[in-house]
Amino acid sequence: MSSVFITQSAAPVYAIGVSLAAVLLIKLSERNPNAREFWTIAASVIKFSIVASMVPAVLDGKVLGCTLVTIVPGLEIAFKVDALGLFFALMASLLWIITSFYSIGYIRAEKEHAQTRYYMSFAIALSATMGVAFSANLLTMFVFYEIITLCTFPLVGHKETPEAMAGARKYLTYLLGTSLLFLMFAIVLTYSAAGTLEFNNQGILDGNVSKAMAIAIFVLFMAGTAKAAMMPFHSWLPAAMVAPTPVSALLHAVAVVKTGVFVVIKIVLHVFGIKLLADIGLGTALAYYASFTIIVASMIALRQDNLKARLAYSTISQLSYIVLGVALLSPSGITGSVMHMVLHGFGKITLFFTAGAIYVATHKTNVSQLDGIGKRMPFTMAAFTLGAISMIGIPPMGGFISKWYLVGGAIEADHLPILLVLAASTLLNAGYFLPIIYRAFFLSPPEGESAEGICEAPKAMVIPLTLTALVALGLFFFPGVFLELARIVVAGATGGY
Amino acid sequence: MVELILGKFNYLIAIALAMIGFYAMIAKSNLIKKIIGMNIFQTAVFLFYISIGKVHGGTAPIVWDKAVLYDNPLPHVLILTAIVVSVSTTAVAFALIIRIQKAFGTIEEDKIIEIKRNGYKGDME
Amino acid sequence: MSIITSNFPVLLVITPLIVAVCIPLLGRINKRIPPVAAVVSTAFTLMVSIILLSTALDSGPISYWLGNWAPPWGIEYVVDTLSGFVLVVVAFMALMVALYTPGTIRDEVPNDKETTFYSLYMLLVAGLLGIVITGDVFNMYVFIEISSLAGYALIASGKKREALTASFNYLILGTVGATFFIIGVGLLYMVTGTLNMADLASRLPEIYDSKVVLTAFAFFSVGLSLKLALFPLHIWLPKVYTNAPSAVSSLMAATGTKVAAYALIRITLSVFDVEFSRSVDFGSILLVLSCAAIIAGSVLAISQTNIKMMLAYSSVGQVGYIVLGLALLNETALTGSLIHILNHALMKGALFMVVGIIVFRTGVEEISGLRGLGRCMPFTMAAFTIASLSMIGVPLTVGFISKWYLAVGAVEAGMWYVVPVILVSSVLTAVYFWRIVEGIYFGKAANVTLKGPTGLLVPTMIVAALCVVFGVAASVPVSVARLAASALLGGGGM
Repeated sequence: MSSVFITQSAAPVYAIGVSLAAVLLIKLSERNPNAREFWTIAASVIKFSIVASMVPAVLDGKVLGCTLVTIVPGLEIAFKVDALGLFFALMASLLWIITSFYSIGYIRAEKEHAQTRYYMSFAIALSATMGVAFSANLLTMFVFYEIITLCTFPLVGHKETPEAMAGARKYLTYLLGTSLLFLMFAIVLTYSAAGTLEFNNQGILDGNVSKAMAIAIFVLFMAGTAKAAMMPFHSWLPAAMVAPTPVSALLHAVAVVKTGVFVVIKIVLHVFGIKLLADIGLGTALAYYASFTIIVASMIALRQDNLKARLAYSTISQLSYIVLGVALLSPSGITGSVMHMVLHGFGKITLFFTAGAIYVATHKTNVSQLDGIGKRMPFTMAAFTLGAISMIGIPPMGGFISKWYLVGGAIEADHLPILLVLAASTLLNAGYFLPIIYRAFFLSPPEGESAEGICEAPKAMVIPLTLTALVALGLFFFPGVFLELARIVVAGATGGY
Repeated sequence: MVELILGKFNYLIAIALAMIGFYAMIAKSNLIKKIIGMNIFQTAVFLFYISIGKVHGGTAPIVWDKAVLYDNPLPHVLILTAIVVSVSTTAVAFALIIRIQKAFGTIEEDKIIEIKRNGYKGDME
Repeated sequence: MSIITSNFPVLLVITPLIVAVCIPLLGRINKRIPPVAAVVSTAFTLMVSIILLSTALDSGPISYWLGNWAPPWGIEYVVDTLSGFVLVVVAFMALMVALYTPGTIRDEVPNDKETTFYSLYMLLVAGLLGIVITGDVFNMYVFIEISSLAGYALIASGKKREALTASFNYLILGTVGATFFIIGVGLLYMVTGTLNMADLASRLPEIYDSKVVLTAFAFFSVGLSLKLALFPLHIWLPKVYTNAPSAVSSLMAATGTKVAAYALIRITLSVFDVEFSRSVDFGSILLVLSCAAIIAGSVLAISQTNIKMMLAYSSVGQVGYIVLGLALLNETALTGSLIHILNHALMKGALFMVVGIIVFRTGVEEISGLRGLGRCMPFTMAAFTIASLSMIGVPLTVGFISKWYLAVGAVEAGMWYVVPVILVSSVLTAVYFWRIVEGIYFGKAANVTLKGPTGLLVPTMIVAALCVVFGVAASVPVSVARLAASALLGGGGM
């Protein structure tokens, strides 16, 4: 096993710490909403700059890292910034800035209660996301994974109504239960087999485990990362739709589910390693398993009338694209998978933002109520259209790039049935998104509602959602940094520098 | 068989006593009887200890020029300590029983359970 | 000075013993003296035990001859890594609870009994320390009874009448346990003619196939399991913890069962040895019992509505963890067991102390009554949350460390199926603690009037903070526990 030279740097700790510091400041300025929200914005901007500042070094092929504490030798809280982690962190921190503005608009417009708690939890969630992104070993990852679960609980149950609490409890049960039961079990077995928890480009299990053991550990890992919402551990995601919309956006596009798939990618590439998985054929098994989720979730999405629920099932399906890509174990597949993290991120956050904007402006939640809404909320629905196109994967939207790579990956790996899956799911995606666009722009509004006049949500909401839609568009033309980072990931994982 | 019984009768008695005492501790409902059982149980242990101190043909462990063998005095000393412990335990137990009697008005275990189930949940006295 | 330092092992035990005797007299002079005396003397014992542990770590086990009678005839006190470690745990918790006691007993103990309470408290501490430090099995019995008798009286010192019956039940079962222990001692004496642990350890291996030795082992393990409240011999424990005054449940939950666990480990691994345990397949019996304890304790805890009862059943489960390491019998798992003695003392100590504060300040004992308390008692509830997370076994808390070592040890022993038991119990623990934590922070604030001082918080917060400190900087206690474990498994260790 080659050990990569790690450049000592405290930057990852700062990136995590900045929003924790913000938590304190937010609490202190509880009585002054403007100051409080200033801290959120400030923290998000600083966080993004810290993360961005690490990009040149990582593009140079360096790995930044440091050890925070050694609990006992072998169990450490340590950080390592590699291309994959930085990729994820870059996306999450960028989206946090936009989400912060949007949150402020949404929360103020809706006059939500417990706003301080809301912003605090949000900031902790982002800290923990950075923690997962930069974790150097499984333990660190597990810690931050759990922190995300715990600190998003108050966000999901924000409304504190019985339904909200029930949804939040389901959320917690799935995420905490599976991670404590399966993820921890897998970590213990990994440690016992490999003697280390440290991530490594070639994986740490190769040569240390029997085939049966490898399969057992792998299954436990996959069952343990319920955040990736693979069936049958997906139903927390629709249940968590009781949350306010910015939270759903955070859950679905930024922090929670992306953490889940990130962990899956990390496990596939840096715990097992491509070689081991290819040897025992687990990659193929995972690929077909993910395909199952892709198709089934899309089919369920078709039947959802509630807009957010439809988006939620769409997320479940899209997440499995990411899993599918990495499970193909081929360079293009991994590229597609990694790229899809960010492209889906921007696309899906746009869609959730628009759902929230529609709710704030008109208090409509169902697809069937959206007739003719495109004329009243032109910006919002235009953004929605762009997001939906990206989800379907039609040029010139970013979503096309990842789908392109996924197709390439399936061909490289010689799994032609996967192509059928991709084609079918594209059709299904179109099947549940296009009717919404059709209704919005081509049907006339129901009786008793004026069709005239612009009735958009507050600017603080419309601008962010337009922005994310434009980024999703822009990423098609300029995938730049992200594609570069994805290449380094692939190079590291496949061993060809 | 007879030899076994005669040769080790003190141990057998200890075992029998222990069982009797143990039975009383577990099965009797009256708290005083439980304590009596406890005392019998402990007495069985005393007997056992004293038996193991006996050396065949030995005399009392007092310096004596005609003695060939002495009994082992150590278990006797040990059991003196155990007796003290037993007496203290009994004393604590009786003190508890007196307070239980004051608090519940009975020292029958089943009645106490009944009172606890139905009775008011107040402080004693 | 050196006459004092050279006599530290005995001073450790007789200081609380003497203070226990003096407290009633001091209490006559001024009622304020006993609490101070209790704090000062437990602080002294903590200091002494830390010094003894560090000496033992630096220069090997300390052997102290009581009255200068050479062992095996005289009583020997031994401080090795294991006993030093447990001594520090006991002395530390004794100090913390001594700091905590004055605030709570005002409500829970009749006014005129307060002085006696402190006297008994010191007696209990002396007994617990004595069990740990002694190197003589009969002396161990005496200390077990000293601590038990003081314990019975302390439990019954509360105002609740349920405490009386709880104490009486414990007295009956505790006496059975101790008497079983003494029968075991007698049997061993019968075949070896010695009571000194090290001497026993050197003489026993020759006669391991003797039925008497086997019987003695059985009596020891059953007797101590009773004191330890190992499932299914746990029935005395929940009522005792629930009805005793808070200070008593805090100390007993934190140290009482731990010391019994220490005694079990000492007897099975120091007096007897690993080979004997293996040859009688002791491990698999304990494995079944401990797994049953872990699961049953958690399940029973979930079904409780009284918070003290819930914590008590959770203790039953936690005892299972300590025994689990003894069942797996390898170094990693045993390290987990030993570290859990410290860790569980901290977590459960903190929890009982918090609950004591809640009961004292709000009068609420039912879980449903805790809703919304997070707003009016933020620090208390923070301590509760930390300790709960630790009980669940979240990384960076002490609970994780012990579970980690036990789980890795189980896999090492080839018994990977123990890991799900540990994890399932973690989930169950999460269920019963989350129920409370959620209520505390998200419930509508209950209409409670707070009363009483906040001074109780200081020791509680210290203990809760240590749950995190030793969860992060775990290498210190883990290295000590590992040394102790390897000494235990490496043949005798005394």
